[in-house]
Formats: sequence, structure tokens, C-alpha cells
Amino acid sequence: MKKIVIIGAGVIGCSIARELSRYEAEIIVLERENDVACGTTKANSGVVHGGFDAKPHTKKAWYNVRGNEMFDKLSKELDFPFRRNGAYVLCFDDTKWDGLKKLYDQGVENGVKGLKVVTGDEVRKREPYVSDEVKGALWCPSSGIVSPYEMTIAYAENAAANGVKFVFEKTVDRLEKSGEKIKVVCKDGDVYEADAVVNAAGLYSDELNNSVSSTKYKIVPRKGEYMLLDKTSGYLTSTTLFQLPTAMGKGILVVPSVHGNVLLGPTAVDIEDKECRDTTYDGLAEAFDKARITVPSVTKKTVITQFTGLRAHADAGDFVVGWAGDDLPLYNLIGIESPGLTAAPALAVQAAEDVADYTALAFNKNFNPIRKGIPCFATMTENERAEIIKKNPLYGRIVCRCEVVTEGEIVDSINRPVGAKDLDGVKRRTRAGMGRCQSGFCSERVMEIIARERGIDMTEVTKSGKGSEIVVGRVE
Amino acid sequence: MEKNLIIIGGGPAGLAAAKSAYDAGERDILILEREDRLGGILNQCIHNGFGLHTFKEELTGPEYAARYIKEVLDRKIEYKTGTTALSIDKNKRVTCASEAEGLMIYEAKAIILACGCRERPRGAINIAGCRAAGIFSAGTAQKLINIDGYMPGKEVVILGSGDIGLIMARRMTFQGAKVKAVVELMPYSSGLNRNIVQCLNDFDIPLMFSHTVVDIKGKGRVSSVVIAAVDEKLNPIKGTEQEIKCDTLLLSVGLLPENELSRMADVNLSPVTGGAVVDDDMMTGTDGIFACGNVLHVHDLVDFVSEESEWAGARAAAYIRGEKAKGERVAIGAEGGVRYVVPQYALRDGEENLKLRMRVGNVYKNVRLCVVCDGEEVYSKKCMIVTPGEMETVSLNEKQTRALKNCKKATVCLKAVER
Amino acid sequence: MKEMICTCCPMGCRLTVDDSDLNDIRVSGNTCPRGAKYGKDEVTCPKRMVTSVVRVEGGEVAMLSVKTRESIEKSRIFDALALLKGVTVKAPVKIGDVVVADVLGTGVDFIATKDVAVGPHGK
Repeated sequence: MKKIVIIGAGVIGCSIARELSRYEAEIIVLERENDVACGTTKANSGVVHGGFDAKPHTKKAWYNVRGNEMFDKLSKELDFPFRRNGAYVLCFDDTKWDGLKKLYDQGVENGVKGLKVVTGDEVRKREPYVSDEVKGALWCPSSGIVSPYEMTIAYAENAAANGVKFVFEKTVDRLEKSGEKIKVVCKDGDVYEADAVVNAAGLYSDELNNSVSSTKYKIVPRKGEYMLLDKTSGYLTSTTLFQLPTAMGKGILVVPSVHGNVLLGPTAVDIEDKECRDTTYDGLAEAFDKARITVPSVTKKTVITQFTGLRAHADAGDFVVGWAGDDLPLYNLIGIESPGLTAAPALAVQAAEDVADYTALAFNKNFNPIRKGIPCFATMTENERAEIIKKNPLYGRIVCRCEVVTEGEIVDSINRPVGAKDLDGVKRRTRAGMGRCQSGFCSERVMEIIARERGIDMTEVTKSGKGSEIVVGRVE
Repeated sequence: MEKNLIIIGGGPAGLAAAKSAYDAGERDILILEREDRLGGILNQCIHNGFGLHTFKEELTGPEYAARYIKEVLDRKIEYKTGTTALSIDKNKRVTCASEAEGLMIYEAKAIILACGCRERPRGAINIAGCRAAGIFSAGTAQKLINIDGYMPGKEVVILGSGDIGLIMARRMTFQGAKVKAVVELMPYSSGLNRNIVQCLNDFDIPLMFSHTVVDIKGKGRVSSVVIAAVDEKLNPIKGTEQEIKCDTLLLSVGLLPENELSRMADVNLSPVTGGAVVDDDMMTGTDGIFACGNVLHVHDLVDFVSEESEWAGARAAAYIRGEKAKGERVAIGAEGGVRYVVPQYALRDGEENLKLRMRVGNVYKNVRLCVVCDGEEVYSKKCMIVTPGEMETVSLNEKQTRALKNCKKATVCLKAVER
Repeated sequence: MKEMICTCCPMGCRLTVDDSDLNDIRVSGNTCPRGAKYGKDEVTCPKRMVTSVVRVEGGEVAMLSVKTRESIEKSRIFDALALLKGVTVKAPVKIGDVVVADVLGTGVDFIATKDVAVGPHGK
């Protein structure tokens, strides 16, 4: 059987793993963190972009529009939350109407459907909390929102169910050409010899490619800081609110999450350090102040957390998708920054087809496209709640009060394929700790459950991977 | 199922309310407690200092809770532990769930909200920095040590000098950790002097006023925090930053009444207290739903939680009996340095003497705490000092109560002492 | 000379205690007589109640909270705490049960402050 190694378990690596599992092959995903969706994937706006923003005839434009169209079916197959809530690009200046018009024309050229230029009053009719200063907007009905990590987890679980093997805490050091094949050399000395390698290493995709290919790339981490508001601020907007783009990106968004929170951000600062996930005093202030231009009544009182994401910005500007050249069986996905999340489903299909074609894979007759998520107690009806507790009494034990997450869901999140290993893993799968108390009440209970289910000591339970142990020892 | 009185929360507020509702003649009572044990947050407050007002002796938290648990058990009042109330509505329909009994639905004649409060998390105060492990709210650290027996860290900085932060400074010191500093944004502490002396000064732990944490550093685990002085507007002053090596940051930056259920029943909330707006029967704006203890407003002494809750329990029992106070209410406003007063309304035809609880917005010395009805001062109490950290209580006598209930506009305010 | 904050009331008077002559201790900075007594006690024999936890074997919870039945000398807090190291009690435990008797020869016991029934913890 042919061996395919995918490096990186973000949304790109996991979606490709799932699409590749439609074929007969030994598929291995190598990930340096202890879970999927731990890099760029977990910290972005969660917007499924319409596709008006990308320059026509770029890969960004092509995959954005095609990816967007795939979400309805995909979210049903893989059971992850997705909503087409529509988006406005807001124009605050009467002299900038041509900016909207340009976006409109660009969108039409890219194949985006339903675009419309509207007046400020039309915007406020739908979104009454939008600033009176808004003079007009571009309306994009096909824009949506998704939970990026839940989508990635869904992809990964479905891939695993179809035979893909995930290896976590495995850092790749370099690639080496080995005749027709390619060698993946890991930091710990392990070597995987593969018929093809897919480079989905996000921020490190440049270094991975550069270690073996004669064509060199450079990724510049572009830092974006966000603030997350409590669900009580959910009334602020139901649609995604952009400001007219600037040279540094799409500007500050005010965007609802699929779970009813509101996200403000991101800032955009190019930095050196690919590991920097810190928020800054100035960055947070900028995110908030600029968001207030869009929705003046927003208040810091309902902020429940802040985070930083790094976008993998390639200096070339466009996505790099395809074979690396030099007769290497290396398939690159480099510079998959925004709209990478939206593009992922389409990129994955393309990459899987290309790799299957190259390595002459047969179809996997047993492929099952359906994945069911963890039953969500919070959104159940009373009857459903009564039923599920009867079936599994652990569903009667509420662990996270803010988000109403039960022990049953937490146990499930740990024990399912590609399961959660620590607090953040449980949080991304169940929302335990995601609410307004930010795990003040439930973290200690979740730690106990993780220790019990995984057969480890409380002192070994981590927040997010090795080195993030939560308690330092027993009270003696 | 039907129940006359459902009490949500089996901590000090719920226990006291149950006891007094029973003593007022109500027998059909159910307490819902989400933890596996009655007693609420007191179970983890193992330090002494509780009960001086109520029992005239100095108890620890678990001992104080045990006294009230005994009262409830002696009266054979029904309670369910490990049971979380999932929803309530204005018709007093309560749904709750437990592992043992599944989903349960009750129609109640009255509900007492006694669900306590929670800690303000890091996110709510917008501290920049990393998201490493090692950042705990003080209460979470308290639970880890005192209930589970695990140490959250070895070298500690505490942000906020509220009582829980101070208590945890001593607690961590007792368990061998090094507490490097307690950092307080305000120029004064919201904690009790006694705790500053016995939890910090006794162990030479520095307390830095008008400082805050501006950055948290570390990969995986916290490795240091950066603190800075703040100006009068509480903004950090550039150039005053200093880095303190530590593996743990504890946050004691305020408590918030837990009103998720209240909102479901359209209970009107006060933006100042974060709890329900109530009348002098402790009834919220939603008929038959009462509130007491920290879910109503955050208290500093549990003795006052018990006192307030006993009153709420008795009034809920009266309500169920049909002795429903009706009609008009007079609003009790807070002015001139007083941040809030609970209750916010008095029923005109209520008959008991009023007890008003309040907090001030700043530290004031040599003032009079006054109750003014239609411009006339009906009550005045001299205070050498009032601080935001200490709740003040005003007990009005019969005559003063009558004056308040019959006026058009009542306010509580601070006035300078004329020399 | 010692400086301290009086804890008798929220005033928090800053006391200066002149203890150069132990037969004639002078307290200043206090606004009431309680402050003078507090200042004297704090320099002659400051006492504190000590509270902590020990492990329980076979209990419904993992830890048992304990306190010194009365206050002990402040200078001996850490010696007293050291006596609790490694102490494990067997469930069931009742409030008031002696956990460590006669702490440091003071005649004061460490006693349980929580009832702990039999359960699965700490086996």
C-alpha cells in the first residue's frame, strides 16, 4: 500500500486527510502539538468569506468561492456548526463609494453571487447597532460563520474513522529526497519514508519546503489580536461586519460566533516570532477602539477573553498550492492565510485528487463521509435531555455551568477517535470552560475527569500540551 | 411535580432561607444543590473568622456551614445534591438534572434564588500576555488546595487585594509556596484590615497599591508577570514596569452575582449590584421569585448572608400562604457616596422594620450615613470610616420605617459631620 | 519601636508601639482604647489560629480541614504546620475530632473542622 504523510493537523492537514481517506492508502498525519487545530486554525475570525475580497484570477479567489459553496453539504456530513449569516463591508466616508464599487466588481468577477451595494439606512434596518456614521455597504449574503476548530476536529474524526492515523507531539525536522520517495525526518530521530508528502505545516510550511526544494518561500507571521464578548452582547450583530479593507488586510471585524458570542478583531502586525501568541495592551486597545467605530455601543464590560492568532502570510501574496518541483513527491500548501479557512474544503479536494493521481491510488470502497458530533446537551429539548440522561446518566451531571456542558459530553470528547487530551482539547470539543467564567468553576472538575479517563495523575493533566501542567504537586 | 418552595443553592443563603421558611410554617421545601455536598463555597473556606455576629464565636467556613446544615437536617427539609437547576421561568417552572434522577421538572409556588456569585475571570479585566497554564482565579486555587489537595504553583503573584486574594496569600505560604507580591489596582484594599495584617504582614508579603499586571509571560507555564504603577485614571504609567519571576498568577479581582437563571425568568437586574432588584420582602420584580445572599449582592461577611436569607425565607413562606404584600412601593435611592442600597424598594403596606444594606463608592472618614425621606432626615449614623470593602447596614426602627414607607422619595446618602 | 495596623475595626489605625520597656509599653496612633490593647498584645504575645488541611483515607472527600482549637503563638505557626505534614486520617471523621494532640506542648490540639463520611477517596 502507498504511504502518504501529511505534515500538520490544522484545518488544511485534516481536511486533506479526510479527502485522501476516500482512497486506499496508508495515510499518516504528523502534528507537533498534542491535538488538531492548535495553530493558525484555532485563532481566527471563523468567517466563511464570500470571495469578493481576493484579487481576480488568484488562487485565493478561486478556492475561496469554491470552498464557500461546499460548506452547506459539508457541515451536514461532518456535523459541525455553520451558518450563512451574510456580511456587510461598511463604508464610513461618502468619498469612498468607489471602494465599495470596486469590491462589488471584483466579487462579481470572482463569481460571488448575490452581492449588492446598499445604503447606511438599509444596513441599520437589519443591524440597528451599527454606527450612524456608516454611509453605505456592500452586502454579501453568501458569507458565513463557522467554528474553525470544531470544523477541523470533525474533519479529523472522520479521517480517523476512515483509517487515517494521527501521530501527535511529533515535530518534523526536515525532508530528504530518497529516490522516487521522500523521507520525513523527525526531531526525535524517527523517519517516515513516504510515496508522497503533503506540506500543511502552516507557519512552518516555508521551512519544510526549503529543507528539500530548490524553490524557496518565506512565511511572515501576521499577528492578529481578538477580544471575545459574552453571549449577552450577541444582540450587537447577527451579520459579519467588515470595514472597507486597508493595505494591511480586512480591517477590524465585528463578527458573531456560531455559538452566539461576538468577536472583535483582528489587528494585523507582521512579526518575526512564529511562536508568539501573546496579546498586548496596545493590540487589544486597537481591536476594541476600531470595533467601536462599527458598533459604538460595544462595551468592555462583557469581554470574556482575548487571544492572538498568527496568519501564515507568504511574501508572494497568493496561496502556493501544488507540487514542489525538482521531481519531489512533495505537495505544498504554503501561505494559506485568509481566506484559507473558507478555501480549505476546496483546497483539500484538489490536493487529494492531485496526490491520488500522482501515486495512482484506488478508491476506498468503505469510505463513509458521515461523522456525528458529540450530542450537545445545551441545545437539546427537554425530552431529548430526559432521554439522553436515561441512556447515559453522566449527561445528568452538569460540569460547566456557563455553557451547560455535562460530564457525559466531556467523557465522550476524551474517548472518541482523535480525542481530547487536556483542558483546551476538552474546551474546543465541548465548550466546557468557554463561557463567561472562563473555567473558574469547572477546570478542576474537568481535570479530574481527564485524569480518570486517561488513567493519569492530576499532576500530569495539562492545559495545552507538554509543559503546561496545571498543578505542580500534591499538598503534603 | 409540584412544590411550594424551591430554593436554588445549598450554600449559606439557601440553607438559612430553608430553615426560616420552615420555621415560618412552610413544610413543602426543596433545596437544589449542584455540588455533592451542602454548604456551598464555605466548604473550601477553611480559614477562621466566620460567625462572630451569628454565633458569637470564631468558626471556620466548614464549621459555619455545618451549623446550618444541621438545622436543615434536623427539620428534615428535602434537598438534592449533585443536582443543577437548568432553567426557571416566570411561571416558576423549574427544570433540573442529576446523574441519579435524570431530568426533573417542578411547578413551584415560590422560588428563592440563592445561587451565590462567581469570580471575575482574567478576560474580564483585559490583562495582556500569554495564555499559559498557571493563571487561576483565587477561588479556583483555593478549591484545588483545600478540597482536592493539589498545589497550583510555587512562586506566586496575586492581583487584587480582595479577601479571597489575601486569604490565599497566607494559604499558599502555609503550603510552602512563595508569595512574591499582592498587587492592587486601587489606592486602597477592598479586603479587611485583619486579613491584610494576618495574611500579608505576618509573613512580610508586600502589598503594592495603585499597581496592576500589564503582561504575563511564559510558554506552556507562566514564567513571569510584568507589573506597573497606574495613574489616577487607573491607566498603567509607561516606564514603571517591573518583571517578577513566578509560575503562578492568582486573580482576586471581584465577584459577580450569578444570575443566569434570574435572566431566564425575566428578573430585573441592577447594573450596580449585578443582582436582582428587590423589595423589602426580598422579592424580585418577578412575582414569587425571591433572591438573597451573594446572588443578590456580594457580601463580605457570611453572617449577613444568613440574616438576609432568613428574612427572605420567612417572606417566601408568607407569600405562599397568600399573605402577599400588594400594591405600591417606594423607591429607595442611593446618593452622595452611597453606591447602592438593597432592597431597592419598600412595600408601602409591609409591616416589619426595615433593614437596609449598602456599599459606598470610596473611602470616607468622619461621615454620617443618613436616610432622607422627602427631604427630611429620618435616620443618621456617625461613621469614623466607611470603605467600599465593608457593607454597611442600617436598621430602621418602627417610626423611621413608617416615615420611609409613607414618603414619596427616600434616599440613603453620606453627609459630612458638621464640626 | 514597632509599626502595625490595628485590626479592631475598619479604621485600620497605624499604631506605633514603643516596647523598649516591656513593663511600660506605649501605644500611639490609636483612636480608641481597643487599639492600645491590640498594640500591647501584638508586641507581647501575638497569637493566631492556624488552619490547614490533611489527607483523608477512604473518605467522601480527599482532604480534611483542620484548625488549632485555640490561637497559638504567632512565632510557632510554621512549626505547628510542620506537624501536619504526612498526617493522614481515616474516614469517618467528625467535627472536633482531634487530629494532632497537644501541638508543640501548648496544650492546644489540631481538630477537624469538617465531617467526612466514608467514601472512595484516597485509597
